[in-house]
Amino acid sequence: MEGGTPATAPILKLDGIAKSFPGVRALKGVSFEVRPGEVHALLGENGAGKSTLIKIISGVYQPDEGTIALDGRPARFASPQEAQAAGIATIYQELLLFPELSVAENIWMGHAPRGPFGTIDWAKARAKARELLESLDIHDLDVTRTVGSLSVGNRQRVEIAKALSHNARILIMDEPTAALTEHDVERLFGIVRRLRERGVGIIYISHRLEEIFTLADRVTVLRDGEYVATRDVKDITTDDLIAMMVGRRIEALFPKMEAKIGEPVLEVENLVRRPMTRGVSLTVRAGEIVGLAGLVGAGRSEFAQVIFGVTPAESGTIRIGGQPVRIRSTGEAKRHGIAYVPEDRGLQGLVRPMKILENASLAVLGRLSRNSFIDRKAERQLAVDAVRKFSIRASSVEQVVNELSGGNQQKVVLGKWLATQPRLLIMDEPTRGIDVGAKSEIHRLMSELAQQGLAILMISSELPEILGMSDRILVMRQGRIVAEFPRAEATQEKIAAAMMSDVPVAGAA
Amino acid sequence: MTPATATLPPERPVFDRVRRLFGSQEAVLFLALILLFTIVGSYNERYVADRNLSSIFLGNAYIAVAAIGMSMVIISGNIDISVGSLIGVLATISGTLAVEGYGIVTAWVVPIICSVVFTSITGALVAYLRMPAIVVTLGMLSILKGGLISVTDGAWINNLPEGYGLAQLKPLGIPMPIYFMVVLTILAALWMRYTAAGRAIYAVGGNPEAARLSGISRERTIMMVFAVHGVFTGIAAVLFATQFQTIQSTVPPNLELIIITASVVGGVSILGGTGTVIGSTLAAILLAAIGSALIFIDVSAYWLRAVQGVLILLTVLADLERRRRQRKAL
Repeated sequence: MEGGTPATAPILKLDGIAKSFPGVRALKGVSFEVRPGEVHALLGENGAGKSTLIKIISGVYQPDEGTIALDGRPARFASPQEAQAAGIATIYQELLLFPELSVAENIWMGHAPRGPFGTIDWAKARAKARELLESLDIHDLDVTRTVGSLSVGNRQRVEIAKALSHNARILIMDEPTAALTEHDVERLFGIVRRLRERGVGIIYISHRLEEIFTLADRVTVLRDGEYVATRDVKDITTDDLIAMMVGRRIEALFPKMEAKIGEPVLEVENLVRRPMTRGVSLTVRAGEIVGLAGLVGAGRSEFAQVIFGVTPAESGTIRIGGQPVRIRSTGEAKRHGIAYVPEDRGLQGLVRPMKILENASLAVLGRLSRNSFIDRKAERQLAVDAVRKFSIRASSVEQVVNELSGGNQQKVVLGKWLATQPRLLIMDEPTRGIDVGAKSEIHRLMSELAQQGLAILMISSELPEILGMSDRILVMRQGRIVAEFPRAEATQEKIAAAMMSDVPVAGAA
Repeated sequence: MTPATATLPPERPVFDRVRRLFGSQEAVLFLALILLFTIVGSYNERYVADRNLSSIFLGNAYIAVAAIGMSMVIISGNIDISVGSLIGVLATISGTLAVEGYGIVTAWVVPIICSVVFTSITGALVAYLRMPAIVVTLGMLSILKGGLISVTDGAWINNLPEGYGLAQLKPLGIPMPIYFMVVLTILAALWMRYTAAGRAIYAVGGNPEAARLSGISRERTIMMVFAVHGVFTGIAAVLFATQFQTIQSTVPPNLELIIITASVVGGVSILGGTGTVIGSTLAAILLAAIGSALIFIDVSAYWLRAVQGVLILLTVLADLERRRRQRKAL
């Protein structure tokens, strides 16, 4: 490895960047720089602010505070086009290519070489595309093929070529290896090193620490939207990085209250639903909060949806209260006493044009109806109770949920599901994107519910939340449970290490 | 933490209800109707004479009835552009049965059953095969229109038997179609508002994913919507068929567009999830009243289409403005 680059002047330098969204402070006082010919890794947990920072660099967002300097001169990117014109290219996780168009067409989309009458000179475009690919040591890619017929690895190479066709001097790669096979990863590393030699500055985001040590020159760590440190990779160890990422935070979390843990409510054995659930076994008991930790893409939400009947299991057994059950639809899951508070409130949890009243009763319309007519009084009572119990801030139960804040929306979703009087509550990222006050209220509610004997399976990407709320912690990776810690033994470091380990999961399909 | 009781302001049911009433599309339409009758009526008294009012309602009640079903379909997040052609076909079926001597009741009931069967096929294609409703019904439109012309050769149906003219009856001096329009609108409004099935339609149209996770079946709900839509379309077709002494065996031109216009101007969001059937009925009346008013103030009736267009744009603009205000309130 080449080690730290000599202190050449940075191409891009960000200082004191702050960015807030309604109710959330995404970034605060973040500094970051990229030198020519370096691979600068950006590391942090989910929600640490990496994506926001990337979007500021690539012109998607504008910072509230702080300065951006390009080649030492102040710069401001009002749009992604401006950032692109300044030589900043981004390769997102979900590749943004046109599947029906050819490789050459994709590479030259929007700036194809022109012929004498302003028409596109396709022969030249193809030749230049071939040239670009060859400069990346890619000789096996036919530029006339449609992108949709290519493998993921090849599509990514097209994206890189496309970035270079804009004469990119800074290339941002957001988890580029997430979907790649081992062989493709090796080739990608080769291409990245080649770009580095050419003097391109590369911002490399990855959760795989191994990759950072293989590839990066420097690493910057973010935590909770704040800048932690920038280090030369050769000076640090994996343990250092994990410690920097998780820190020693004292969060204003609601203290978990003791609950009496009873009989198993949910027992799952070797549950399979390809491709994301590959043999999961776990137990959740009455009164117990089980935290399910893992990286994005580890298969946690998919597993929850198998249990909830959204994507029914292919094989394996589910027992509810000791009885084996088959769950083939969400209706069946509901009848077995399972409730699921989904990850995305807007897309999965709420019917936005509906009132609080109507959302709160949506999962229990059958129970509330007599001769198929809804008992309006009971329905109103249900909603008023939910609003009181969960301290939902609203002008009335007739208010449309679209007008509520994120935290209050989440409470409506929670109210909707508790109305079904479940035995098992699955909560997927219960406090994502909501403010601290509402967060601690939701934690208090979870704690109280567990005390009342509810079994809770909580999926969370926030380690403090996992540690603060769980009686037991399971770690999921590649569609399997890879580690289990009782509350007393769990630490952020142990969980993070299990989440990010590069050891292949035994028997993973 | 704030005391839990502080989260809801004291209930002011009457105040809230009045405020909501005046902010609604239904209230706007109702006021527009009254304004129209007052202004045009003071310009030309014959506009508000019994005879004209009855012709406004009589000739358009079947559109209001069809718009009830259409509104349900649109609220569920779908659309049916084959409805005009379907009404044409059903009217021909009804008239043929009557002329062939199958009995008047048969001639009234069979088209409704045919209608439900037909819209259920559409519903099944949309719900279970996940074909977009606009494409399915575009296909259906061509099949029905083409089939109708081929079978009838455009011949009109005459010699309808005595007693067949359901829409020409006037119990207690009020034309039959008005009874149908009013009663069906009220029944449909109650059903949409107070039953679990009606609520499911709003939920599936507003957010199919959230509805599914709440245990509401998208497939069953859409099937049900299209079947119920078939009932209303069938009744509308019978009212249409029985209003004159003859039945034209061509599809009334642009009928589906007039019906969809009534739904949209009635406040049904074309994106699904919001709107009421009361709104669509009021809008159907308003559109008819405007058409008639143009004649009374000596404006060519051809302007009606332009006026309808302006109303559609205004309604959609108002809807967008409402949504924008909601988003801002966040």
